[in-house]
Amino acid sequence: MPTNVLYLIEVLANGLMAGVMYSLVALGFVLIFKASGIFNYAQGVMALFAALTLAGIMEGQVPFAHMINAVFGTKIHHFGWHVPALAAIAMTVLVMIAFAWAVQRFVFRHLVGQEPIILFMATIGLAYFLEGVGDLMWGSDIKTLALGLPQGGSRWLEDATAGWGGDDFYGFFIDKLDIVATGVAIVLVASLIAFSQYTKHGRAMRAVADDHQAALSVGISLNFIWILVWSLAGFVALVAGIMWGAKSGVQFSLSLIALKALPVLMLGGFTSIPGAIVGGLIIGMGEKLFEYTFGPMIGGATENWFAYVLALIVLVFRPQGLFGEKIIERV
Amino acid sequence: MFYREAGDFKTTYQEDSQTFPIKFDRWRYWAVLAVAYLFIPFVINDYWASAVFIPFLIYSIAAIGLNILTGYCGQVSLGTGGFMAVGAFACYKLMTAFPDVNIIFHIIISGGVTAAVGAAFGLPSLRIKGFYLAVATLAAQFFLVWLFNKVAWFYNYSASGQINAPERFVGNVAVTGPNADAWAKYLICLVFLTVCALIARNLTRGAIGRTWMAIRDMDIAAEIIGVNPLRAKLMAFAVSSFFIGVSGAMFFAIYLGAVEVGEAFGIQKSFLVLFMIIIGGLGSIFGSFAGAAFLVILPVALKLVGVDLLGFPTDLVSHFQLVIIGALIMFFLIKEPHGLAQLWRLAKEKLRLWPFPY
Repeated sequence: MPTNVLYLIEVLANGLMAGVMYSLVALGFVLIFKASGIFNYAQGVMALFAALTLAGIMEGQVPFAHMINAVFGTKIHHFGWHVPALAAIAMTVLVMIAFAWAVQRFVFRHLVGQEPIILFMATIGLAYFLEGVGDLMWGSDIKTLALGLPQGGSRWLEDATAGWGGDDFYGFFIDKLDIVATGVAIVLVASLIAFSQYTKHGRAMRAVADDHQAALSVGISLNFIWILVWSLAGFVALVAGIMWGAKSGVQFSLSLIALKALPVLMLGGFTSIPGAIVGGLIIGMGEKLFEYTFGPMIGGATENWFAYVLALIVLVFRPQGLFGEKIIERV
Repeated sequence: MFYREAGDFKTTYQEDSQTFPIKFDRWRYWAVLAVAYLFIPFVINDYWASAVFIPFLIYSIAAIGLNILTGYCGQVSLGTGGFMAVGAFACYKLMTAFPDVNIIFHIIISGGVTAAVGAAFGLPSLRIKGFYLAVATLAAQFFLVWLFNKVAWFYNYSASGQINAPERFVGNVAVTGPNADAWAKYLICLVFLTVCALIARNLTRGAIGRTWMAIRDMDIAAEIIGVNPLRAKLMAFAVSSFFIGVSGAMFFAIYLGAVEVGEAFGIQKSFLVLFMIIIGGLGSIFGSFAGAAFLVILPVALKLVGVDLLGFPTDLVSHFQLVIIGALIMFFLIKEPHGLAQLWRLAKEKLRLWPFPY
């Protein structure tokens, strides 16, 4: 096989893996949007917050240590123990559920029936709030997540494929972490689908997504469903936070993955879980491919905007995204 | 008592349709203008000018621009930062290419350039609506910032990629560059803001403004009663981008003086201006002022209280600032989704009946 084609395949494979990571974030958006019509901008910050909390609990950090020190003049920072990864993940899930409850109780319960744009703004406010709280609780320094996830390129794959091309081809380079992320994403999506298809609460969730008032009239508690959905989104955020955090460290830039997930959503449609996955894959592949083929010609770093422009072009032809529900307008 | 329509007889149509139908409001308006033009320039110093007044005036223009698009025409835009960058870079290219032309023309022409760019990016709004459009305008934001970063022609091939405003004069007073006095910068911003606000106010209450509002309330219905959506939407994008371009040009030339595009006109700027109009009030010129004032003063006040008064470390205060801004936004949306402008309106309603509430 010619080396160029092999490189192209490598670029495409890496793009697919990156797309999976985008999809992980986009999933959380879709869950909340379907169930409550809230376009949750805070999803990225939720991922950051979840990852910060996980790292903080594992390290045995004292929450709000910096603030307490400033007020009382003390010098505390760590409890001096380390929590095993699984226990820490369980505790973080509890924190995210508490967060879901608080968000529902103190913010969105008061905003029921407001216009979507107001709800969107509220989530931007929430994003700022959560970012500040995360920094106050755990400090703003870069943390590493020592979960023991594999890192670096897959040697095995490289050795296995090195003989395919010419002498200047050293085999496919694919990050092991990306492979793990793909596996996790598949499990996550499968379990989400199973949950929403086969459990009582999952069915209730779909009913709410279909029609709020009809769901209310058959005795489904909207309040409970919304807390459930925010908790699920928090859990998805935790998974995304772990994956992205293991990749590039837990720091502020993690919250910017929300911006990466937006074109994925636009492309796939806001209301479709398969859309989030397929959109993520298309965007991931598309931007890597564009950077590989056209990037060197026009100065590189096209990943910042290519996804948006691609999504924009698709939207002009399909205003509801590839998989979104058809937008019907009535006067 | 003194705040009544009663006794204020209107005998011409002009009087009947003026902006402030109540006499007290008219007096207040002239009083505010008098303080702004005749008092503040004499007492202003560098700290107050650069910390509060100049950013407030410039952000007000940007907020008015975005309010026309989002508040009046209902098209949510997250591309404000990118459009401000267009204004800034257009102004820089004009300033360096035509050094003899007065800076005032440069700023106005930069607004025109931005209007053209804005109208081009507004084209998809005919097909794409709501959130999809909001995210689509992000394409403008990221693409424009990338463009100004990568194409060296825009920053005249300078090694750092920064653009620096050369010294320019109005009359024989420097308004840009390091030697410009605080009062001169303040006054030129104020003049631009006054003119922009007047234009915006009169556009939005006239026929054009009514077509915008018809589009905002329901675009299909508006189309049926004879509003041309292409014209109305593109006009809103163009006018809004004009104001945003003017503010971007002034933000660069007068306020900052030196700009690195990703830092000064990043996505944060888009959100900041959007917050201003939400906190201030969508669809209200006064709201644009109120929101800009609020978000300019809040960080300064927090820093004053937190760092100088209570002696907390700076990073702690900046984290608190995030928490407080976020909490305030949510609080405002819950208590008053229509922003400060609505509070102001309510206060005026109360005042008209005061002191006899029935």
